[in-house]
Amino acid sequence: MDLIQISPAQNATGKKYWRSLNELSGTPQFASWVENEFPGGAEILDPGSRRTMLKLMAASFGMAGLVACRRPEEKILPVSKSAEDVIPGKPMYYASAFVNRGIANGIQVEVHDGRPTKVEGNPMHPNSLGAASALAQASVLSVYDPDRARAVHAGGKSSDWAAWDKFAAEKVATLGQGAGFRILSERTTSPTLLSVKAELLKKYPEAKWAEYDSLDGGHAIAGAELLFGQRLQPVYRFDRAEVIVSLDDDFMGEDAASVEATRQFTKKRKVSKPGEPMNRLYLVESRFSITGAMADHRLRIKSGEVLQFASDLAVEVGAKSALKVLKPGDRTQKWLAAVARDLKANAGKCLVTAGPMQSPQVHALAFLINQSLGNVGTTITFTKPVFEPAQSIGELAKEIGAGQVSTLVILGGNPAYTAPVELDFAAAIAKVATSVYLGAEADETAAAAKWHLPAAHAMESWGDARSADGSATILQPQIAPLYGGRSAIEVASQLLDGKAKKGYAVVQGYWKSVLPAADADRIWRKSLHDGVVAGSAFAEVKGLAAKALPEVAAAALPGVELIFLPSNVGDGRYANNAWLQEVPEAMTKLCWDNAAHVSPAMARELKVETGSMVKITLGSRSIEIPALVTPGQADGSVALQLGYGRTKVGRVGEGVGVNAGLLRTSEGWAFAQGASIVATSGSREFAITQEHHSMREPDMPGRPGELRPVVREGSLEEYKAHPHFAPEVDHHQEMFDLQGVHDYSKGYQWGMAIDLNLCIGCNACLVACNAENNIPVVGQDQIRRGREMHWIRLDRYYTGTEEDPQAVMQPLGCQQCEAAPCENVCPVAATVHSPEGLNDMAYNRCVGTRYCANNCPYKVRRFNYLDWHKNITPVGELVHNPDVTVRMRGIMEKCTYCVQRIQEKRIAAKVDGRRAIRDGEVVTACQQTCPADAIVFGNINDPASAVSKAKAEPRDYTLLKEINTKPRTSFLARLRNPNPELKA
Amino acid sequence: MATTATLPQINKPLAQELNPSLVEGNLSYHEVTEQVCEIVEGAVHRNWYIGFAISFSIFLMMVGMLGYQLFTGVGVWGNNAPVAWAWDITNFVFWIGIGHAGTLISAVLFLFRQKWRTSINRAAEAMTLFAVACAAIYPVMHTGRPWRTYWLFPVPNLDLNMWQNFRSPLMWDVFAISTYGSVSAVFWYMGLIPDLATLRDRAAVAGKHTRAMILGVFSLGWRFSARHWTNYEKMYLLLAAISTPLVLSVHSIVSFDFATSVIPGWHTTIFPPYFVAGAVFSGFAMVQTLLLVTRWALGLENLITSKHLDNMNKIILATGMIVGYAYATEFFIAWYSANQYERFVFFNRAFGPYWWAYALMVSCNVLSPQIFWVKSLRTNVIVTFIMSIFVNIGMWFERFVIIASSLHRDFMPSSWGYFQPSYVDICTFIGTFGFFMTLFLLFLRFIPCIALSEVKGAMAAQAHLPGHEPVKGTTPVHAGGHH
Repeated sequence: MDLIQISPAQNATGKKYWRSLNELSGTPQFASWVENEFPGGAEILDPGSRRTMLKLMAASFGMAGLVACRRPEEKILPVSKSAEDVIPGKPMYYASAFVNRGIANGIQVEVHDGRPTKVEGNPMHPNSLGAASALAQASVLSVYDPDRARAVHAGGKSSDWAAWDKFAAEKVATLGQGAGFRILSERTTSPTLLSVKAELLKKYPEAKWAEYDSLDGGHAIAGAELLFGQRLQPVYRFDRAEVIVSLDDDFMGEDAASVEATRQFTKKRKVSKPGEPMNRLYLVESRFSITGAMADHRLRIKSGEVLQFASDLAVEVGAKSALKVLKPGDRTQKWLAAVARDLKANAGKCLVTAGPMQSPQVHALAFLINQSLGNVGTTITFTKPVFEPAQSIGELAKEIGAGQVSTLVILGGNPAYTAPVELDFAAAIAKVATSVYLGAEADETAAAAKWHLPAAHAMESWGDARSADGSATILQPQIAPLYGGRSAIEVASQLLDGKAKKGYAVVQGYWKSVLPAADADRIWRKSLHDGVVAGSAFAEVKGLAAKALPEVAAAALPGVELIFLPSNVGDGRYANNAWLQEVPEAMTKLCWDNAAHVSPAMARELKVETGSMVKITLGSRSIEIPALVTPGQADGSVALQLGYGRTKVGRVGEGVGVNAGLLRTSEGWAFAQGASIVATSGSREFAITQEHHSMREPDMPGRPGELRPVVREGSLEEYKAHPHFAPEVDHHQEMFDLQGVHDYSKGYQWGMAIDLNLCIGCNACLVACNAENNIPVVGQDQIRRGREMHWIRLDRYYTGTEEDPQAVMQPLGCQQCEAAPCENVCPVAATVHSPEGLNDMAYNRCVGTRYCANNCPYKVRRFNYLDWHKNITPVGELVHNPDVTVRMRGIMEKCTYCVQRIQEKRIAAKVDGRRAIRDGEVVTACQQTCPADAIVFGNINDPASAVSKAKAEPRDYTLLKEINTKPRTSFLARLRNPNPELKA
Repeated sequence: MATTATLPQINKPLAQELNPSLVEGNLSYHEVTEQVCEIVEGAVHRNWYIGFAISFSIFLMMVGMLGYQLFTGVGVWGNNAPVAWAWDITNFVFWIGIGHAGTLISAVLFLFRQKWRTSINRAAEAMTLFAVACAAIYPVMHTGRPWRTYWLFPVPNLDLNMWQNFRSPLMWDVFAISTYGSVSAVFWYMGLIPDLATLRDRAAVAGKHTRAMILGVFSLGWRFSARHWTNYEKMYLLLAAISTPLVLSVHSIVSFDFATSVIPGWHTTIFPPYFVAGAVFSGFAMVQTLLLVTRWALGLENLITSKHLDNMNKIILATGMIVGYAYATEFFIAWYSANQYERFVFFNRAFGPYWWAYALMVSCNVLSPQIFWVKSLRTNVIVTFIMSIFVNIGMWFERFVIIASSLHRDFMPSSWGYFQPSYVDICTFIGTFGFFMTLFLLFLRFIPCIALSEVKGAMAAQAHLPGHEPVKGTTPVHAGGHH
């Protein structure tokens, strides 16, 4: 190399660069210095070692270069030629449906870089109108469940789909007419699956298709058959009813279509001005449900007494003439008479509903009352049922027992766990020569069946389902099956000819066959886009004539009644969903467990308290389960939640709760009489996020507890007479701010208003917040220690007497105080105020002194006491929302008003011509999913915004006004609409 | 009728009764020097080794617990929501409070010319330093990210890139405690210099040159010259004057952590004086506990006399009653304020789930010190020792009651909870005693535990009092000639 030759001195042409004055002047000293660049030292190195060094240098540079060019060997494509419509970092939304007990709830799935992260309600779907339930919200987590079945298993050994395909082809060839061939599926409304079913039954005329859903026995349809002589689906219109009587129907809670019901019900619950009307809800039930908490009047009776009540109500409103069952003078009788009068006064605009756990007879009576009051056609309509008749699981088990079944294909549902206990269905499956189970988990049924095929998640496969009114939704996959699962449609259609089929082809094939041929492609695409097949709702069946119903006799209700209820984890199918396990049960706030719910009176009688173990015996079966003293539970009736005590389940659901299904027989499927309950030794510490502290302080010696005005409640009449009853509870003078006041008069000032009159406490917001904000799950033990992380919690307060309590719900996230007590106490300024009035958390700055949490009067701050993400698998991490930081241990976090959504809309508005963010454009996660529309969010500086209007309502109040925190979240007081007759 | 002039005439026991001895046994200055230096220079007693082994093991347990916590998270403690501070800050305030007696004895009593402080001030000041060291563990380790705690100090750092929040009482704590710790250390060291020089000279005489050299470095060239003494006395007075406001300020500022918050039970203006009184109360109790054991173990009964116990027990009685008055005032104000939350929190303290802690606190802090109205009990070693333990327990529970019982049921009934300590909480707290005792035993072994020069001053003063003999080997001075 001739580096020496390009020394500056010889570079005579061009601009002259110099390094020092010596060089510039060209002194001889400098010249000699240049020559002696390596004075002395150069000689020390012998020529050989200098060469070695150069070699080494060359080699290491080469190595460095190699590291830098570590390109994949395969041909890859740069982003500049990416898939159409994909903007990196921008989520895509796909319409689909969350299917709950066969009923479609329209959703949109948010997909980040090919992974679904969040479920929203589909605003284009007629029944969800943009809202989603807690179950739907949590369904996205199940996609990434690390415990999902990953491989086909044959005879308990790992196998593969090729082996199954080969086996299926051989098996199908031997099925002949289908003798001994049975399929057991979950209750389904899927038009494609039902068409496959029809084809199968055509091909194998001797085969039978059975259906079982452990939480819905199709009693409504059976009730319609009882009354009208034909199978009909009732479609309720709560939004047209002024008076609603629910016969043990938790229509806003556990019902499959609760989102739709809540939307409709709360529409009639919105009271923006004093003097506006509101609906009135009467509820008859044994356990305290969230619908019961919304009720204006709630009658607490055993589930077994509801039939008598329904019959008497029918007599009282004149729907039928029969002897009354209930004795006159009874409290129930008085209540019933008032309800009947109210119903009659609102004939044609009232509604009587019956719960899915009540018998077909109760449903028939409810339909009869509706018909006689002229409600049919207004508040209730009947359509062709979305479900089709099928063999029952009991008959199937009988056939298996008689050796008539040789091939059994089970399409999901885990019947070995959920089926009535006396069927011993796991043993029955084992008896069948060829048993095949398509299931997402290696569960109890998978263990019993010869073949276990991993099922694809609904977000991984094509499918379809109908809502109660018949509206069909096509389910689109958002992600390719992570573990290579297949759908029920794929497996069922494979049984037709033994060939494996793609779900897309089957579903599209079905819809192309029923859609008008000329326009099929366009309608298909539009249906996928909208999430609903236009015009697919069933027509109303009119001109129904009621038949005479059999007389109801006074039932003997010996012993203790047991009622079986769905839980946060459904019938156990979500037992491995950590979000749902950690959701506090709406009324009791119990997480990660189930319990025997007993009334306070019954607990005293049994000498048990919350956590005491009790032994419940029904016939020859018994279980030991901890008791939970639950105000509002009917005396003599014990509520048991299903879905716990799973034996073959993933790591989340393992060892959680007690299997109440062990007491559940076909006869006592919904509720059973004649049980006995005794206290045993031992106790269990529950993980409960909110104890039974009421808004009234506990009495202390010398001081009766005072009421704390946390949730403010008044009657509709009171509101009319004193519109400002809620804010007037605070009679404090204006206070000055010690810390100085920010100027909040300019720009966007974010605020929230929560209408407590609409909030039903369904937990949908809580799970939505979980998904949106990457909220960690802490587990049962940590909840016991009081370390739950939910950014929004639903506070439930009981009011009234212990015997007949009422309850109110209050969603509470960060109140975003303008004078926030958390901010001044943080030594490192990790929680500070934004100019837009947000109380921001700078996670990176937080050292975790927890002073802010102590000083938060609302107790909404959540601290990462441990590394909650330690046990998350790499697949589990895929569910995280990339727009929100995942917090490490040792730092504080809390509700941010979904600041990432604000920023997203701010950018969108800027890109869109630097316009202002429009009202309603920024929607928080809790607000978006709320089926009751109880949450309003927006700019309080804009007097025309929805939130400003809500805050201007007379019942708007803020919590703890007397400590001058000036919260940005305010509450609209709860209203009730009591029947004046029942006031006393 | 008794005047100073007539006192020499009355019998000696009565004079002793009126002016009990601060130094007993009619010792010469040299004998005092010998007695105290023997502890440091003589052979190490077997009991010291046993005590040190136990203390150091407990200290190691604390190190283990803190290590476990550092690597796992604060969640190994029982803290939760709503009780985000529990044993951590309770222990912090407890240890800081204990330190107070040291400063009070060395600074305030010095300014008030209370000669009886001289034989206990050295140990009490050492106790202050070690208590501050124990206390300092908690603000650091209670944070979620202890490796970031240096962000609390206003030093330029590129991670935070901004000033701290000077509105936060925790920042005030940082300044208050670091000032307190450093001033106490300087004050203690200042007082130590003449005694270190004594040790140095004794080592030199005994021919232990290395020891003399090390002690020589630490005694900063002290030569017992009159000029040195003059400067020393001036400096000592100045440091006492600087320390005195710290006695009031440190615990006042610690109380601001609570007083400036919005939480009922914390948000009270009574806290600063109430905390200071409580700190002095608990500090004296701890001094009693330590000195009674030290005195017994090292045979210092002649230097730490019943007069000392008597005086300290009087302070315990007085501060205990101030604390009791504060408890009563809190209740009165809670009732008088007509504030629902304030009222509830105090009823809840007395009758809620933590009633037992409150009952323990009141009986230990208010009721039990009342026995000190009786002089024979004030001077009784066993009674004093048991009482000092009671007060220590009571004052720990006072902090626990203030912190945990206020937090566990504040504004929102939905968020009410309960705190239970984990084994890590318990072992860490016990471990701080191991840390404390380890430091204290090292102190006893390596540093004269009694301020020689000051005790001699007290002896000189005592010699002038009626009923006392002149100090052996000195020329008697006429009574009343000294001031």
